[in-house]
Amino acid sequence: MEKTKVIVGLGSCGIAAGASKTYSQIASILAQGEMQFELARTSCIGMCYKEPLVEIQDAKGKIIYGDMTAEAVEAVLRAHILEGKIDTEKAVHAEKLATKEDGFFKGQVKIALRNCGYMDPESIEEALEHDAYKAIQHLINTKTESTDVIQTILDSGLRGRGGGGFPTGLKWKFAYQNESNQKYIICNADEGDPGAFMDRSLLEGDPHAVLEGMMIGGYTIGASQGVIYCRAEYPLAIKRLNIAIDQAKEKGLLGENLFGSDFSFDIYVKEGAGAFVCGEETALIASIEGQRGMPRKRPPFPAVSGLWGKPTNINNVETWANVPWIINHGAKAYAAYGTEKSKGTKVFALTGKIKHGGLVEVPMGVTINDIIFKLGGGIQDDKKFKAVQLGGPSGGCIPAELGNTIVDYDSVNATGAIMGSGGMVVMDESTCMIDLAKFFLNFTQEESCGKCTFCRVGTKRMLEMLERITEGKGEEGDLEKLEALAYQIKNNSLCGLGQTAPNPVLTTLKYFRHEYEAHIYDKKCPAKVCKPLLTYSIDPDKCTGCTVCAKKCPVNAIAGSRKTLHTIDQKICIQCGECFTVCKFEAVLVD
Amino acid sequence: MRITRIANEQAGLTNETVDLSVMEPLLEQYKSKSGSLIPLLQGTQALFGFIPAEAFQKLSDATKIATADIYGVATFYAQFRLSPVGKTIIKVCHGTACHVQNANAITDAIKDYLKVKDGETTEDGEFTLESVACLGCCSLAPVMMIGDNTHGKLNGKSAVRIIKDLKNQLCSSEADGQLK
Repeated sequence: MEKTKVIVGLGSCGIAAGASKTYSQIASILAQGEMQFELARTSCIGMCYKEPLVEIQDAKGKIIYGDMTAEAVEAVLRAHILEGKIDTEKAVHAEKLATKEDGFFKGQVKIALRNCGYMDPESIEEALEHDAYKAIQHLINTKTESTDVIQTILDSGLRGRGGGGFPTGLKWKFAYQNESNQKYIICNADEGDPGAFMDRSLLEGDPHAVLEGMMIGGYTIGASQGVIYCRAEYPLAIKRLNIAIDQAKEKGLLGENLFGSDFSFDIYVKEGAGAFVCGEETALIASIEGQRGMPRKRPPFPAVSGLWGKPTNINNVETWANVPWIINHGAKAYAAYGTEKSKGTKVFALTGKIKHGGLVEVPMGVTINDIIFKLGGGIQDDKKFKAVQLGGPSGGCIPAELGNTIVDYDSVNATGAIMGSGGMVVMDESTCMIDLAKFFLNFTQEESCGKCTFCRVGTKRMLEMLERITEGKGEEGDLEKLEALAYQIKNNSLCGLGQTAPNPVLTTLKYFRHEYEAHIYDKKCPAKVCKPLLTYSIDPDKCTGCTVCAKKCPVNAIAGSRKTLHTIDQKICIQCGECFTVCKFEAVLVD
Repeated sequence: MRITRIANEQAGLTNETVDLSVMEPLLEQYKSKSGSLIPLLQGTQALFGFIPAEAFQKLSDATKIATADIYGVATFYAQFRLSPVGKTIIKVCHGTACHVQNANAITDAIKDYLKVKDGETTEDGEFTLESVACLGCCSLAPVMMIGDNTHGKLNGKSAVRIIKDLKNQLCSSEADGQLK
């Protein structure tokens, strides 16, 4: 009989959910000797809402259990291994039997994430079993011409997954056509969008796929040096990348004269230092060169003059991870997924007020509703779906009415949002859209590098206007001013940060103008988020006179003695909401 | 939201003198490599916990980059600090997902408990509270990172409890140290 294997999902989010403790708990169970199995680790399978995850492989096939905290894991292991019983309550995914959570996987197509959660990311042997470095080896052994590789990538229809959506094959072609004694390949892993973690999961789960993608890029355009620019906030991704690079070098899969050819390729990891604008390619290059990460004017494009003035090709993590699969399976297989102009699959980080938050990879062309309600299981606490935010601070909100919008570059752009890198933050009726727009503007305003006046000062002025509106000081004409300034910023900024910074405001103005108007004219926040606009009062029918709120009130605005009705003095109340939080009888009303 | 990028008035004006000789191996490692200013600054910060004012001149001498340019880079990136921080840094995530799941309540609760403002260090020099853009654990929102450990699905109370536990651990391990 095959030996039982117990695998713990140890991605950053799994660890945050307690997977390390689970791992040590299982290790100590193993040490007791009562149960025999092999203990291994893998990375994120995307099912973040059930973390920590533990997979058991034996004669019954593969079964993944969810919510495996250190306390819960022993009982499940005992039942499964000693008694041969499967805890169907805890099982979330299985090869041979249906589970309650199957909806999360149904409809997903894993290409970029093909190995994430299915192998030990720190073991090159396992990666090799999963076809790592097969594509590059094939290209070298068959002496495939660069132009043929470029044609394959063009035929596959792969477009930049970092958000821009520029055809990858075309980008490679430009870098290939520019003659130079030295060219560079860069992997953009500066995933800065708040609400996005696709690249982190990929790097933590399958670093070799990214390395191989870069090698194929290097082989094609004629580059011998690759650089991965990774956020310092992703320590585990950086660690696993460095392990993967060392292992590949040791095996002779990375370095000089690969597979007996004259093709040499080296990769190193450059840690970012915390600047959102460095996701922009020219700023990223400046940062690698050790300067302030400020974008410059294009042209010249990096394909002509990039890192150290040499032709450079930059692609995002997810784009690189797709490349080996396309070479292995052919352009046609990839282009079989998707819509006319957007081929293949896209990874989304599904977060916010969603039941099944996590990482999903879907073919282009599925609808937003499908992702949210079929894969994501709907809205938390069965509240009403209000909007989804795509593309982070550069993107926009798509309202629930447009839930049938299909996910491809052109359809999403038509709504005013952008596809972006793949952050999908779901919001319910308790999210205030003005507060959200303010949140994003606060982010871009802080992250503006300061080079262009409109981006530097304009975003600040817009933010101040939004702050006034949420404080109840909005005036007639504010919305027109906001709109005018938004277009000026879009038109007068050099890089993507400024050009897209007003998008969250513009899309919320487009779809939720009534909410802005409620703030300005009625001085009300319909979602009950903007505190200065709220009025707290006490329901005479529910108040028991327990005095808890009166004691808690920091400004003594609540009058009333034990067992008598309490009242809030609106003149003194500072709308802190403490009384609402502490009341056990739901007697504090918010309007 | 983020700690201010321009040094405050006390920046680098510590009473303790800084021993810059520990920087030598670092300078040696990057001496002849171009584009290594950021790794040099990161390395310096790893040594001291911040970038002391005196270190700028030393970096400038070694790299022949003007101190003004080095200062320009150090203040551009959010990662670099120009003043000392607490032994333990608490980073509360304020990314989109955390924001919609009420990350503000966590920062407020910690502020209240530690009696510091955002970006400040406690009087005993133990904790520094910071807000960060996104830690990439969005599905566990709201989250915070203490040292290298990420804690998810928090509310104000549970966040404060984690810090309390940590404080107790620190106290007891210090007591152990004294006993030995």
